[in-house]
Amino acid sequence: MKINLKINGQSRQFLIEPNEYLLDVLRRNDYLSVRRGCDNTSCGVCTVLIDNKPVPSCSVLAARCENKEITTVEGIETEVEKLAKYFGELGADQCGYCNPSMALTVYSLKLENRNANIEEVKEYLVGNLCRCTGYVAQHEAIMKYLGDES
Amino acid sequence: MEVKELIRAKDALEAYTLLNEFKGSKVMAGGAWMKLSVKSVDKLILLDDLNLDYIKEENEFLEIGAMTSLRTIEMHPAIKSMNSGILAKAIKSIMGVQVRNIATIGGSVMGRFAFSDLLGALLVLDCRLYFHDLQEITVFDFLQMPKVPSDILLNIKIKKTAGKGYFHKVSKTHLDFSLLNIAITKNELFRIAIGSRPQTATLAINTANFLNSQSEINEETIKKAVEIACDEIKVSTNLRASKEYREVLLKTYLTRGLEEVIK
Amino acid sequence: MKVVNNLTHSIDGMGIMKGRKAFTDDFAEKDTLIVKVMRSPYAYARILKIDDSEARKLAGIEMVLTHKDFKRIPFTRAGQGYPEPSPHDKFVLDEYVRYIGDEVLAVVGRSDEICDKALSLIKVEYEVLEPVLDFETAKDNPIVIHPENEIHEMFDIGFKPKRNIAASYAMEIGDVKKTLSECDYVIKETFYTQAQAHVMLEPHTVNARMDYQNRLCIYSATQTPFHVRRIISQGLEIPLSKIRVIKPRVGGGFGGKQAIHGEMLVAYVTYKTNKPAKMIYSRKEVFESSYSRHPMRIEMTLGADKNGKLKAINCEGLSDTGAYGEHALTVFMVTGSKVLPLYNKVDSVRFAGDIVYTNHTPAGAFRGYGAIQGNFALESAVDILCEKMKMDPILFRQINMMKEKETSPIFAIMGEGTAGTAMIMETCKLEECIEKGMDLIGWKDKYPRIESKDKIKSVGMAIAMQGSGIPYIDMGSATIKLNDDGFYNLMVGATEIGQGSDTVLTQIAAEELMTTVDKVVIYSSDTDLTPFDVGAYASSTTYISGNAVWKAAKELKKQMIVEAARILKTEIENIDFDGKTFTNEISNEKITLVDLSNQITYSHEQKQLQVTSSYVGHKSPPPFMAGFIEIEIDKATYEIDILNYVSVVDCGTTINPMLAKGQVDGAIVQGLGMAHFEEVIYGANGKLISSDLLNYKIPTRLDIKKLTTVFVDSYEETGPFGAKSVGEIGIDTPPAALANAVANALGIRITSLPITSEKIFKEIRRINDEK
Repeated sequence: MKINLKINGQSRQFLIEPNEYLLDVLRRNDYLSVRRGCDNTSCGVCTVLIDNKPVPSCSVLAARCENKEITTVEGIETEVEKLAKYFGELGADQCGYCNPSMALTVYSLKLENRNANIEEVKEYLVGNLCRCTGYVAQHEAIMKYLGDES
Repeated sequence: MEVKELIRAKDALEAYTLLNEFKGSKVMAGGAWMKLSVKSVDKLILLDDLNLDYIKEENEFLEIGAMTSLRTIEMHPAIKSMNSGILAKAIKSIMGVQVRNIATIGGSVMGRFAFSDLLGALLVLDCRLYFHDLQEITVFDFLQMPKVPSDILLNIKIKKTAGKGYFHKVSKTHLDFSLLNIAITKNELFRIAIGSRPQTATLAINTANFLNSQSEINEETIKKAVEIACDEIKVSTNLRASKEYREVLLKTYLTRGLEEVIK
Repeated sequence: MKVVNNLTHSIDGMGIMKGRKAFTDDFAEKDTLIVKVMRSPYAYARILKIDDSEARKLAGIEMVLTHKDFKRIPFTRAGQGYPEPSPHDKFVLDEYVRYIGDEVLAVVGRSDEICDKALSLIKVEYEVLEPVLDFETAKDNPIVIHPENEIHEMFDIGFKPKRNIAASYAMEIGDVKKTLSECDYVIKETFYTQAQAHVMLEPHTVNARMDYQNRLCIYSATQTPFHVRRIISQGLEIPLSKIRVIKPRVGGGFGGKQAIHGEMLVAYVTYKTNKPAKMIYSRKEVFESSYSRHPMRIEMTLGADKNGKLKAINCEGLSDTGAYGEHALTVFMVTGSKVLPLYNKVDSVRFAGDIVYTNHTPAGAFRGYGAIQGNFALESAVDILCEKMKMDPILFRQINMMKEKETSPIFAIMGEGTAGTAMIMETCKLEECIEKGMDLIGWKDKYPRIESKDKIKSVGMAIAMQGSGIPYIDMGSATIKLNDDGFYNLMVGATEIGQGSDTVLTQIAAEELMTTVDKVVIYSSDTDLTPFDVGAYASSTTYISGNAVWKAAKELKKQMIVEAARILKTEIENIDFDGKTFTNEISNEKITLVDLSNQITYSHEQKQLQVTSSYVGHKSPPPFMAGFIEIEIDKATYEIDILNYVSVVDCGTTINPMLAKGQVDGAIVQGLGMAHFEEVIYGANGKLISSDLLNYKIPTRLDIKKLTTVFVDSYEETGPFGAKSVGEIGIDTPPAALANAVANALGIRITSLPITSEKIFKEIRRINDEK
């Protein structure tokens, strides 16, 4: 079947199977920043934004996204540049496999609640697992990003 | 998950008819976990076009469309304030924001998941489910049905109450299923639900009746109530916790919960 | 130092967060064959018959591979120094399946769906055999897990497959029995550790194609690209020269990618069909069908005199390597060699045990690599002994632990799979680590516990050591090339897997060449393009590969000065170089690096300046640390809240202080996972039930309240700019520190991991029932 998706502001048509998940359709079409982690919504690595809300693309049927606005990390490049700078400063970078999904989730938090305190940041991001960093440096970086008015 | 055909139902009647006429057809609500339990579907029925994604606030009730995401519900101001925000608290403890953005209240109810944190909270609120065919049923009665009805859940109506509430979930990590969850409301009357026992949430009716018959709730009556609950509510062993440990959790958090709602 | 030990952002964090093509699957060919494996439903069975006729007829199915397609060449999947100290006990496919999840056969098709369909059409008849699931009964069990005759060891590791023994080890210094008999206090306790899962977020991923020179080109998410190339060559009899292994960015490893996983099948398919092929493990396969940490039973006996001097340690272990023996011996030896020297003043010390086969998911390399198991046992036992002696556990450690300029005879005796290397601890700041840690956690106020109505707060601690590479075995090398315009290429075999080695190695080169990190362009791990390196394991990259980089940078600097002296017409002693400009100190004539590099590239006496250096360690200077935990326990339910974890680390110079902190923070949380959160559950039939992230719970960001990680001043003379390793040391202390904190809070001792609330509840109930 054919679907129309608006990805990062660009409308595109894709030929998909009815049972295909958004993650697979995106990767198949070279949106390689969207990655597979756990297959069952537990890790957050496959996060994309649908209408600015973070969702696990491993469990969203692509067919249900007709005419929805999908954002991958390529769609928020200037925000990523800010966040990545703070990640660098605070030493929050490790393998980075989950960093695009982290950036998307943090960005949607910023849209929802720019004044989030650290507990709210943790609650909002709890679905984004990280096995490398121990989380602490990430939180410091995210707090700086949220406080950055530039 | 194999899907032969994907059908976006135009209205509840079409969804209901498809579901009941074709063996091997299923309704997908949020779809968060469907692929974990379903291998193959002939006709996958979607309710996306039924306009069931809404929260309507009326004088005495909140009406929540079945396709409303858990996240939308937990963020709603009326739900955040109702009975100490018990429903919002229960929902917030479920997985991460990403999952709650796709999981719907309808799917969570119809799944009747044993580990559900939501069902306990719904049980202790005064709330009713509205189906296409079955019409109106309480959550308690719905959970008592031997089988999930082949029906389309349209919405849930919750009576607005201003009493206190308590929700507590015990889990290994913040992303884990409950080892046990406890929901309590105190409006005119007490209502208590215990979930993830590991069986599906249920009301502690005798316990509530006892408390409701007391003129004063104090340390003694709470102790007695907890005894009744331990007798009334069956807990058992699964991979997450043993029966004995669940008994301790039940005792501890029921006591603390009751202490909190009578403050 | 301007670059080293200064704030340097990771060189690739920006691009990685932007989602640029970086990881293995990002490089898979568009039109690729998919390889999928049928996994055994039985813990132990012999394949009698495979009926794949229906599957083969399916349009889009290229091949079905069974054990009959492969020559019987046993190999080990472990990526280790060659010859490997792991038994060669694995075939690409075998007629026996030895655990639930083991490879039965593989289908190769044009899509995931077609492969799944094919798998559902294949009928396999098994002779179901009785499995060995309890590792304590594996040795000399009448059921033999590896009856085949072709399997072998590469050198003596005590391999006795007919007795289900993958390897054995024993050593004794002094006479433990005699010393113990003379001690005033003796304690003996048995500890158990679980099969922790790595849970790196990128699953095992590999893809291959034949390149235009008709060579097999493999992208692999591996920690050991050079070992992968060798193992594939040996296992499939493809000439080494025909194989290229490229390691792109790797999404976490933690030891889990220190072995081959799908590489063998994918390489075979591409080599055979000339078509691209790929394989990505599902999360379930990562759990069930790769490997875990070795579960162990460790019996620890300690003896001390009445003055609080530790006199003897007897450590007897039993390790469960599961169905195959990857890293079996070496992990076990580390349980002794990187743990027992902590208490180096004993009269006698003994370490011995077997590593046995069972019909469980295999065990293999995992950060900590035996040390975390041993540390849990030893550091718990020390507190048990102190409790018996009524002695302060910190004072006991201060009296008995390793100190600077001291040594342990264990170093000379125990290596990894072989004899070890004697060494003096030129840097060991344990005393300072303990003192600082006590301050940071508030030990004096909080030890042993503070009680309130519903809760008890308590503290616990443990000390640890690790190593820095394997002396005389691990080799790293680096090539540095000067380009026109005066910037450098740095090519290393060292394997960036997310730990930040590309950044750290770039910093080392930049510091020595007196330039900035943007002028050093690193490229890591490609068997065609970069020099050899054993890979990312054994805490070796900063120390071993870093030394290679340092050496290469020094040598290149010399060569540049030779050129400058020629151009400025003087002797090399008269040349001063500040990173940008060469000055003839006699004539004060100058030439910039940019001009020099342009001149030798384009105009005068043209040549390419390039240096390759390699480094083999002659010692393995251990990093040390003291770990302190503060917890709050619920008095009714024994739920544990981890309030703070203080790590005070001596890892020599931190080349990149922020990334070093990240290594410790991450390791602490992974160690806390092992200590408290991560339960491994097997069904009665041997099936791993905790085989996805819904059932295997790693710590989330809400479970970690506070980490306090600091480094003490330390300079290791043999390390690059004074550095030792930091990758593994962080993981060792959490289990014992938590066990000790629980004991300090409740007066009970949990001796098996993970230390869950329910386990505490049951132990307390057991004690109460006994009363």
